[in-house]
Amino acid sequence: MAEMKILTKFIDDPRSNELEFYESVHGYDGMKKALSIAPEEIIEIVKKSGLRGRGGAGFPTGLKWSFIPKDIPKPKYLICNADEGEPGTFKDRKLIENLPHQIIEGMVIGAKAIGANKGFFYIRGEFNKGIDSMQKAIDEAYAKGYLGKNILGSGFDFDLVLYAGAGAYICGEETALINSLEGRRGHPRLKPPFPAVSGLYRCPTVVNNVETFSTVPHILDKGADWYSKIGTEKSPGTRLFSVSGHVKRPGVYEIELGTPLLELVNDLCGGMLDDVPLKAVIPGGSSVPILTAEECKTANMDFESMAAHKTMLGSGAVIVIGEGTDLVETTYRFARFYAHESCGQCTPCREGTHWVRDLLHKIREGEGTSADLDLILSLARNMEGGTTICPLSDACVGAVRPTILKFKHEFEARLKDKAGKEEQIPAQTGV
Amino acid sequence: MSYQFSSQSVARLDKLLEMFPDKRSVILPGLYLLQKERGFVDREGMEALADKIGSPISLAQVYGVATFYTLYNKKPVGKYHIQICGTSSCYMRGNDKLEKHICSRLGIELGETTPDKKFTLEEVECLGACGYAPMVQINDAYYENLTFEKMDEILKDLT
Repeated sequence: MAEMKILTKFIDDPRSNELEFYESVHGYDGMKKALSIAPEEIIEIVKKSGLRGRGGAGFPTGLKWSFIPKDIPKPKYLICNADEGEPGTFKDRKLIENLPHQIIEGMVIGAKAIGANKGFFYIRGEFNKGIDSMQKAIDEAYAKGYLGKNILGSGFDFDLVLYAGAGAYICGEETALINSLEGRRGHPRLKPPFPAVSGLYRCPTVVNNVETFSTVPHILDKGADWYSKIGTEKSPGTRLFSVSGHVKRPGVYEIELGTPLLELVNDLCGGMLDDVPLKAVIPGGSSVPILTAEECKTANMDFESMAAHKTMLGSGAVIVIGEGTDLVETTYRFARFYAHESCGQCTPCREGTHWVRDLLHKIREGEGTSADLDLILSLARNMEGGTTICPLSDACVGAVRPTILKFKHEFEARLKDKAGKEEQIPAQTGV
Repeated sequence: MSYQFSSQSVARLDKLLEMFPDKRSVILPGLYLLQKERGFVDREGMEALADKIGSPISLAQVYGVATFYTLYNKKPVGKYHIQICGTSSCYMRGNDKLEKHICSRLGIELGETTPDKKFTLEEVECLGACGYAPMVQINDAYYENLTFEKMDEILKDLT
């Protein structure tokens, strides 16, 4: 199989980040079209294309844009979420560093669609190379009249400001991102009100991912019908997958949605590192349920197939795990990540993530008992399903519970004095 | 005596104050400016930032923001701040071994600074470079697909 490159067609060209090069490969054509039609028409095209948000949740982009009220006198804001930070995920960084103009073009189209005259590019603070690349592209776009007042004489104004985050994973959650942009701690907000009604500075706001904005120019340029024919019926288009772990060629690959998972692993990524057998794959970033090697055989990279396997495409991060990997250790490290990144607002998350991490640490050290395993599962039940403001707590559960359930023998093998302890400490499931 | 921003930073802060509809948004970029000047964010600097942004922003608000975000150093770090990614994808490609290797090369434990104040080594959560593991960030730059030999060269170049 081969990649199907739409967003990344020119990504390996050494000049891909330059305006002149981008223009020479039909760059900004989609924006020019968008500037010549009505906002409703842009939204209709994006809706018809079937594009679903590429940040994690997969919400239809056109629908999201249509939620922005038209008759409110307040300013409207457009934000690009470039705070990529989920373990396993590194696809947006490549787009930011190598194709910044494609993102700017998508943002201008989105801004026109929702009537926003100001936008923010919220980028993860560690991405220094990306910050430089994006700022340079913004400056170039201003100089060329693609940003600022009266863009290309269309009468539409759009200002774009780059804003660096400061190392908080939670700021990838859209309401936490909005708080951060307002100069606050990155605490997610209760919804409703949704950002479309009350977002940045309490004004209507749309937040989309880097990859989503990068896709939009192509849809405008080539049409909704062209786009919706790629991929599957409910998951149209291509998607960038960042593959890490035990494969020969880790990296970012753009493939048609619906491609079998094992084709991605075996063909594009060159198969397993050192030819060890496949043990498991986490198909959409650390927060989604793990797939066993057996489940991988029937899994396709699209929203429906993943749902059928009780997991998700999430942020498009494929973590490939080879035989011989210590899953107790990897699960502990994931839990440690979520404990570190919990913002601390909600008790089930603040306490739960730390507790799960500590219990896994205990098991990892050979000091755990079966009661500890049961307690993790019990805690997990109380950390998910709407007990918290945002899904970080659910994400921790997604990273931990399926692995414990599917690879229970590995965790049990690490328990200390199993039989004796079980008699003394009653199991605590079902609290 | 309270902290004085350089004239260059004051000019930048004035520009930032115009860029956002609410001046509170200047806290994060302001803290970056402070860190760039001082190497870390301290009380005097944060007080100066709060004063520069002006009412109703107080030191407490600036401090509350600074302590939430990990990229602001709350205490001084070495000239070269080595941050090694400790998350699972990097672990699967041997970051734990690389970490031990760096510790033994520098003669320090995780979280410590060498006596000559040249290097600080810290383990951090995901740096978003999972496909190029193991990796470290040293000051502003990423170093990826590392081996012991590559790491030794990098350290040698910095000494």
